[in-house]
Amino acid sequence: MLSFSIILFWVVFAALLFFTRKLRIFWPLLALALLLLFNQLLTPGFFKLELREGHLYGTLIDILKHGGIVMLVALGMTLVIATGGVDLSVGAVIAVAGAVLAQAVAVHNLSPGVAMLIAVLVSVGLGAWNGLLVAGIGIQPIVATLILMVAGRGIAQLISEGQVINFTDPTLVFIANGYLFGLPFTCTLVLVLLALTYALTRGTALGLFIEAVGDNDVASRYAGVNSRFVKFTAYVFAGFCAGLAGLVAASEIKSADANHAGLYAELDAILAVVIGGTALTGGRFYLLGSIVGALLIQTLTTTMYARNVSADIAPVPKAIVVLAVCLLQSEKARRYLSKLFPRKNMATPAPKFEAAS
Amino acid sequence: MNRLNPKYIPSAATALVMIALYVLGCVLFPNFISLRVIVNLFGDNAFLGIAAVGATFVILSGGIDLSVGAVIAFIGIFIATTISSGVPPLVAILLALLVGTLFGAAQGSLIRFFDLPPFLVTLGGMFLMRGLAFVVRQESLAIKHSFYQQTIRGLSIQLAPRIAIPFTAICLIAVVLVATYVCVYTRFGRNVYAIGSSETSAFLMGVPVGGTKIGIYALAGFFSALAGCVSTFYMQSGNPASFVGLELDAIAAVVIGGTLLTGGVGFVAGTLMGVLILGLIQTLITFQGNLNTWWTKIAIGVLLLLFIVLQKTISGKGRT
Repeated sequence: MLSFSIILFWVVFAALLFFTRKLRIFWPLLALALLLLFNQLLTPGFFKLELREGHLYGTLIDILKHGGIVMLVALGMTLVIATGGVDLSVGAVIAVAGAVLAQAVAVHNLSPGVAMLIAVLVSVGLGAWNGLLVAGIGIQPIVATLILMVAGRGIAQLISEGQVINFTDPTLVFIANGYLFGLPFTCTLVLVLLALTYALTRGTALGLFIEAVGDNDVASRYAGVNSRFVKFTAYVFAGFCAGLAGLVAASEIKSADANHAGLYAELDAILAVVIGGTALTGGRFYLLGSIVGALLIQTLTTTMYARNVSADIAPVPKAIVVLAVCLLQSEKARRYLSKLFPRKNMATPAPKFEAAS
Repeated sequence: MNRLNPKYIPSAATALVMIALYVLGCVLFPNFISLRVIVNLFGDNAFLGIAAVGATFVILSGGIDLSVGAVIAFIGIFIATTISSGVPPLVAILLALLVGTLFGAAQGSLIRFFDLPPFLVTLGGMFLMRGLAFVVRQESLAIKHSFYQQTIRGLSIQLAPRIAIPFTAICLIAVVLVATYVCVYTRFGRNVYAIGSSETSAFLMGVPVGGTKIGIYALAGFFSALAGCVSTFYMQSGNPASFVGLELDAIAAVVIGGTLLTGGVGFVAGTLMGVLILGLIQTLITFQGNLNTWWTKIAIGVLLLLFIVLQKTISGKGRT
């Protein structure tokens, strides 16, 4: 039964790869497949799933559960990067959202619903601040969001008064630790946000506007796109996503830790977006790609834990992935490659890249 | 003020803020008017200053280097481990500088040959160095060698009884002087400014853009490694978990020092002032005693905002 489900999993995955072979998402999916295959063959117990009280448990489920934060942040980051910008402040926003949440519940005794609302609203406000600096004043995105990246953690510590605030409210604990439909609740959260983002960007013209602004800001303005508003919206949305991630991050450890919550989340999210096929120069975006990218990062991390690699050394393989992804996306690297292996590679992968881009 | 060249305004503002902060300290706390405060300001912030000088070159060229903090941590634990395994300290330091320079050159080559964004390459470099630091050794290691415990401590300049300029501060000042010379009087330095102003124009004028870019990141790697060495002088130990986020402080110091993040405009001396401002804020908050450490971060954020908006107003709306 168990082995049958694993075979089914691989058949489905292979079919998925086959049908996406001409799409941009093929490469991150392939990387994910290779990493999973490596685990299938060499990490015992990696694919073991258990059904307890209607909930699924196992390493694969852990990946979905712990990858939630990066997936949520990556969705917002995708839109920001698509406009040609970047948001470095999401990690700090996660810390602020967590601090607000914990402070509201534990100190001011507000109901969990109100606390969550306030935390998300504050995050949206911080996103609007970034949007104001970038779209309103016209400051370079890296610089504009650097301000909040530096000051944000200070603000989070100010809100939580330098304490790690614990809370036990069952509703809040449920966000990251609860189960819905047999899967962790974070999966539902990510899926809902993904569907919402997809509907908003691909169901309306907003996605096209975002790509137009990212591709050529000036040209899009001449074409009648309100590029400032589009950029502003993207940063507000990134703030919103980071706020949700902040709720998950705080719920995961049942407390708000202003120093460590969301540390390096911005870098992981940017990495996930780039792995997913969205170029840092903007102009095109792939929401599903970003999700796959986030899953890849989390699978890599989980693989290392499962294989007893020390958490401290974990950045090394990550660095290799960053560089590999960069090289894979670089036009020049592909050209060098096709020079190195003249005929065959010119014939096979080159058109694939062409079709993908 | 009308005749002041616009490119000097940010640096002038930086100098004003620095002086204002110092005067504020002197007015609020009588003990602040002491040579010791100034000496410590240089000594305690020496490694940040040296790293920020390296970051200045990168930012002047329009790039960014996120690997600074991780490189310093790696070099620190590298030196500590090699010395404890019997290598003479001077050899260890030279090796460390070589490793740092080569690492920087490798980052530069990736950026140069594959047209990769500096942001991603140095992000990868940061992960790599942080991980490798832990591969070298998992926990911090004290350096117990007479060179560190006597020679380095002896290399200070006595100013007054019980007040001496520590060796770390001497390193910082030397680095700032050399970097200023390189920036202003050498062909390499002028090329850096040219690339930062407009890479295409620089290329069309015949500036060796590719080679200079590799050189810039190699130089930044060298300065990061040097900052790592100086951090071992200061701490007398190496720690793979240290200096997380130092690159942000370095970038903040560069921006507060009046260097445009778009590249092409800025001064090494401005960066030194930026570092001293960060140090002054920290010292003021320590002297105050009641304020918590997080106010440092918020104050730096507010200063960053002020300077970026100032830069934006000066450079005009045409530049995005």
